[in-house]
Amino acid sequence: MSELREVSCRVNGEKRAFVVDPTMPLLHVLREILDLKATRLGCGEGTCGACTVMVDGQAVMSCDLPAAGVDGRRIETAEGLDGDPPHPLVAAFLEHQAGQCGYCLPGILMAAKALLEGAPAPPSRARIAEALDGNLCRCGVHVRILDAIEDAARHMSREAVA
Amino acid sequence: MTVDVPPPLADAPLMRDWIAISPEGDVDFLSGRVELGQGSSTALLMMAADELGVSPDAITLETARTDRTPNEGLTAGSMSITFGGMALRWAASALLVQMLDAASERLGCPPQELRAEDGDVMRNGESTGLNLLDFVSFADLSCRVVDLARPKAAGDRWKTFRDIPRMDLRERLVGTPFVHDMSAPDMLHGAPVHPPSMQSALVSLDLEALKARPGVIEVVYDGSFVGVVAGTPLAAARAAEWARKRGTWEATLFEAVDPVKFIASSTADAETVVDTGNVNRNIGHWYETTVTRPYIFHGSIGPAAAVARWEGDEATVWTHSQGVFQLGKAISMALGLDEKRIRAIHCPGAGCYGHNGADDVAFDAVLMARAVPGRHLKVVWSRRDEFHAAPMGAAMATNVRALLGPDNNLTAFDVMVNSAPHTNRPGAGGTPNLRAAAYLANPIQPARSADVPLARGGGANRNAVPTYKVGDARVQRRLVHDLPYRSSSLRSLGAYNNVIAIESLMDDIALDIGVPPLDFRLQHIDDQRARDVLERIDAETRKVREVPLPEGAGWGLGFARYKGTGGYCAVMVRVEVDGDVRVTDAFAVADVGEAVSPDGVRNQVEGGMLQSISWTLKEAVQVDGTSATAGSWADYPILKFSEAPRLSVALIERADALPLGAGEISQGPTGAAVCNAVRAALGIRVRNLPITRDAIIAAVNE
Repeated sequence: MSELREVSCRVNGEKRAFVVDPTMPLLHVLREILDLKATRLGCGEGTCGACTVMVDGQAVMSCDLPAAGVDGRRIETAEGLDGDPPHPLVAAFLEHQAGQCGYCLPGILMAAKALLEGAPAPPSRARIAEALDGNLCRCGVHVRILDAIEDAARHMSREAVA
Repeated sequence: MTVDVPPPLADAPLMRDWIAISPEGDVDFLSGRVELGQGSSTALLMMAADELGVSPDAITLETARTDRTPNEGLTAGSMSITFGGMALRWAASALLVQMLDAASERLGCPPQELRAEDGDVMRNGESTGLNLLDFVSFADLSCRVVDLARPKAAGDRWKTFRDIPRMDLRERLVGTPFVHDMSAPDMLHGAPVHPPSMQSALVSLDLEALKARPGVIEVVYDGSFVGVVAGTPLAAARAAEWARKRGTWEATLFEAVDPVKFIASSTADAETVVDTGNVNRNIGHWYETTVTRPYIFHGSIGPAAAVARWEGDEATVWTHSQGVFQLGKAISMALGLDEKRIRAIHCPGAGCYGHNGADDVAFDAVLMARAVPGRHLKVVWSRRDEFHAAPMGAAMATNVRALLGPDNNLTAFDVMVNSAPHTNRPGAGGTPNLRAAAYLANPIQPARSADVPLARGGGANRNAVPTYKVGDARVQRRLVHDLPYRSSSLRSLGAYNNVIAIESLMDDIALDIGVPPLDFRLQHIDDQRARDVLERIDAETRKVREVPLPEGAGWGLGFARYKGTGGYCAVMVRVEVDGDVRVTDAFAVADVGEAVSPDGVRNQVEGGMLQSISWTLKEAVQVDGTSATAGSWADYPILKFSEAPRLSVALIERADALPLGAGEISQGPTGAAVCNAVRAALGIRVRNLPITRDAIIAAVNE
């Protein structure tokens, strides 16, 4: 274990500071220290995407990212997409019933959000699929998930124009 | 509509087995079936609410816990709706009868004039102003369900609401519904140090050094079982990984032969499971094919997990097992305890497609929690544990021979299924069948699997009897027990490989005699429901199939009625082969009788199709004589988003037919459609799955 260190960052808009083993992956910081457990442990080695969050607007696998690496940065997790009404991505996933077990979904939501927010125009279906290739889904909900993200993309670009 | 009494009512006959009413009058339905991510909880609640004539949010549903719900056995084999749902419908009907009787007394009218709609008591179609659930206090839950129940006929159902979205989806998107997410102020975390196989005993491990690792609170040691207890999941996982790299275990003495070839060439005793007449005839022409599939991982995205806590000599375990009662019994058997000492409560896990590591990790947690009495202890397996320690889907080889008579009709079908066992469930054969139970100081080795009996749909031989009129049929099963790998039930069991073998041969024969594959199938089907799904898939895809195909592209068909008694499913896919095979389009037509939740059924059929495409094109477990060798997803690719086809599923709804499960019906037909499309595209039959670039080259060189 390395020497403990203070890390401060913004998580879903809120300022958070904690003293932590700097090698502790962000995933464990979120789940065990900040009690934000919507970000899931899938493989712990950056191969399944279940733990995807956004750091400074980019999709990142949080199981791979040491806590020291998020000092001063802006983190977004799936919890931040809840609300009344929920984020358009969540609304679209509900509308399309794009889920079965749901274990992979928070990571997919964050990968999709990073893609849509970084794109000047709604991306093509092929581009969305490519962006999700690091996120595994075992229940076979791929097609509904792509449908939902395409819908959300249209909705979000209309909102941006308005 | 059948009026057969749902089988679960035999063991749980009373209304109070299925219904609990709180002092405030809240109605809670109790089901022994578990939500595995397939949406069954929503469908079960819908069935109870529909029977009562109330909105689904007027009642609640509690599932699978040994101290409260009926024991409905395993949630497996696509039977939750057919059996579990119908039992709830009957229980709700009995409750409705009692409430309407009470309302009729209040109104001074015969109960026959009353019914319920949207929570209101209606008399001859007019609202009475009475709220149905206000009469819940008149219920007598000690009555037998079958004495009162008069479940609604098809035409009287779904008046208050129709399909509803999954109740639990939002929580799964942005919340924390999983056993992995359980919190408690006193929570500790455990990680097992798995021996390489159930047979490899621990030789050496420095337990003192392990206990001194950062964050470690306790090391639990019993026979070859070693578990690390720590204050955080990361500390537990890191210490267990440290131990795994430094410990030594006895090697398993088995040659690292190709398990598929080993199974396919087995000469173990064969058991005849179906024999309808003499298949040793020779009038006509015999056709033959053999299809093999390797071991397959369950590959759930979330690893197996459980939480356990001991209080005195009693333990509670929160688990995503498919059968909490069987698990509780197996744990008590392994520990030599009275069954009543173990309480098992279902809590969601990641997607479950059969007998995965859920039960094993629950036992790991119980063993470790014993060292820290009174405290909650959570165990989450590593990805490596998932690949090495969980049971796998069985490798198989299905040989099918068919005799085509001079009139181009099939007159005999002879099937030989060689397979590793498809069940090694907890409690099977009177043994715990939990991984760690095999290597405790007082070990209990699992009994030899008897596979699944035909009465429960069969295991290796599931769907080995064609869904066609084929004259005489014989099916033999040859279980191969000699390999050291642990196999158990994975979605659709033997049906996947058997349907592929049968449907491959149907195509081969049709093409050989110059009859369109669809016509050749219809020629051998009397069952109108089977004809309907095939004719509908033909119609649905006719237009797109008329588009000229580029080189290396082709269409293929697959069809089966699951287990011969379940849902019907026909699948048509288009593939493009350019070295690798890519499915570009996939269509299905399904008939599961009354579709309780039509969108839920479509979702299950779609999921089965995509998972089946992944199995068929990509998946094979590599083994080394001891266990699987894959350490991570990098070693075991599954279908990616960019590889998902366009997809469409149509349902033939039959409101008056028994509702059937949908979760497993598309597995076999999809695999078969892909195999037949590859043959159509290349003119080559690939018989050894998965259909990778290498498998195609090998088939060309055959």
